[in-house]
Amino acid sequence: MTATHPAPGPGQPGHRPHREQWSGQLGFVIAAIGSAVGLGNIWRFPGVAYENGGGAFLIPYLIALLTAGIPILWLDYSIGHRFRGSAPMAFHRLRRGAEPLGWFQVAISCAITVYYAVVVAWALSYTFFSVTLAWGDDPAGFLTGDYLQVADPGISTQVVPSVLWPLVGIWVVTIVILALGVQRGVEKANLVFIPLLLVMFLALVVRAVTLEGALDGLNAFFTPDFAALRDPAVWIAAYSQIFFSLSIAFGIMVTYSSYLRRRANLTSTGLVVGFANSSFELLAGIGVFGALGFMAAQSGVAIEDTTYSGVLLAFVAFPQIISMMPGGPVFGVLFFGSLVLAGATSLLSILQVISAAFQEKLGWSPRQAAIRIGTTAAVVSIALFSTTTGLPLLDTVDKYVNEVGVVGSAVAMTLLVGLVLRRLRELQGHLNDRPGFRAGTWWRVLVGVVAPVVLGYILITGMVSLVRTGYSGYPTWFTTTFGWGTIGLLLLVAVIMSLVSWRRAPGEFVPEEIPGLHRSGRRGETR
Amino acid sequence: MTTTALVFLILAVALVWGGLAASIALLRRDGAAVDDEAGPGPDAEDPGTAPRR
Repeated sequence: MTATHPAPGPGQPGHRPHREQWSGQLGFVIAAIGSAVGLGNIWRFPGVAYENGGGAFLIPYLIALLTAGIPILWLDYSIGHRFRGSAPMAFHRLRRGAEPLGWFQVAISCAITVYYAVVVAWALSYTFFSVTLAWGDDPAGFLTGDYLQVADPGISTQVVPSVLWPLVGIWVVTIVILALGVQRGVEKANLVFIPLLLVMFLALVVRAVTLEGALDGLNAFFTPDFAALRDPAVWIAAYSQIFFSLSIAFGIMVTYSSYLRRRANLTSTGLVVGFANSSFELLAGIGVFGALGFMAAQSGVAIEDTTYSGVLLAFVAFPQIISMMPGGPVFGVLFFGSLVLAGATSLLSILQVISAAFQEKLGWSPRQAAIRIGTTAAVVSIALFSTTTGLPLLDTVDKYVNEVGVVGSAVAMTLLVGLVLRRLRELQGHLNDRPGFRAGTWWRVLVGVVAPVVLGYILITGMVSLVRTGYSGYPTWFTTTFGWGTIGLLLLVAVIMSLVSWRRAPGEFVPEEIPGLHRSGRRGETR
Repeated sequence: MTTTALVFLILAVALVWGGLAASIALLRRDGAAVDDEAGPGPDAEDPGTAPRR
């Protein structure tokens, strides 16, 4: 029940600020699924699966989900929930010197949020373009010419109005939702957006698989190429896909789990989120390849000549398909509307990472954080990405932030917790001290050994490739300035923010005791 | 569709969506215990975020 003594008010000695919470387990699960299910599920997975063995890709994909995706998801949950804070706060409480890793994750979220909002704004524009089939006979020319007005790589101050206004709209809605707080804002938005996304996407998939030629598309997608399994690159692609699509290792799940009740089930929740994310990806693969099969049949070309991914799939291939099919405008609204919803829920989660960190570090309220951070991010987003150079800049920043920043953060986190601080046993105890699926010794092996080895390999090979060959034919000065430069800036932000004093002292926190385990993770030293 | 592709479609759906169904069932079984145990009291405030004095 309630306390018998009145609690000290704000400003009084001993006052403890109210910490936001999810309304319950369902609110958290829906929000975590909303965060994990994003643009990558719809436009990245189908192409990756097709290029890496088709049906046979399922084998490395499921192994990657079970050996890296869900174990690291549990690691994020256990850190956020045990130390009850945003990424910087949680890492500070784990070990004071670990705070920069938390700020590095927040900095990654800052970088992602400013360009991710732009893609959501493009999808919003295309939702309306679908009604009139505004792209005409040349979707590629329409995208780069009429709509984005793409210039050569560089920095332009020429704002494109057709991108600016939907982007402003996305930011206003996002800031308002964020300002309402975790339960009334983020959770309620997800409770509306995620079921709506599921209904819209299911309708889209049903329509896609009933189109002429759809079965040929599914045939191409699911026919296994077992020889591909002997190629290490296929396994790396599977681990990369799982890793990038689950929103792990850049603070989201640490932050989200910190709002869970103390006795909340962490492990079974992680299983639901992991499998829900993969279920949506599989659904997207079926829908996308059904539609690509239709396009191939209509154009009289082979299916392998119609497989696109990323921006090309969403904003060039799909407009073509929409123009060809009966009832295309409805299909277009469903497809681009799904992209908007999937992107918006992920965008909210990324912004919450930043908001929570600044609330705790500087003592801001959720509303202050939403307005200050949201406005700053919106200005940067508009200034850099709504211009004629927005597309090459977005493409470059996205590549380096994900393949160097996020993977580097994951490697650092698993090495720090497992090898340097040796706190995996404590976190395992935390996971197992509440209801749910038990994390055994296998979990410590996967997080402490397998994950850093596999992710370390992905990180090193990715960095070597970027150093040797650059990226996508962009000039070296461009990738150095905006690719490696962004990584340098993220590291600088992490160091500077770690030096700023905490408005609310994180050091007074004492994590709950785990039966049979000392707080530091040593066995048999419980007081 | 070829038989092989169909088998892999069914296998993929059974494993991934079956995994989702099984994990939801697991969470529902364990989740009821959580709701019973969780109280609003100590969770509503953060013991580690007292203002620095």
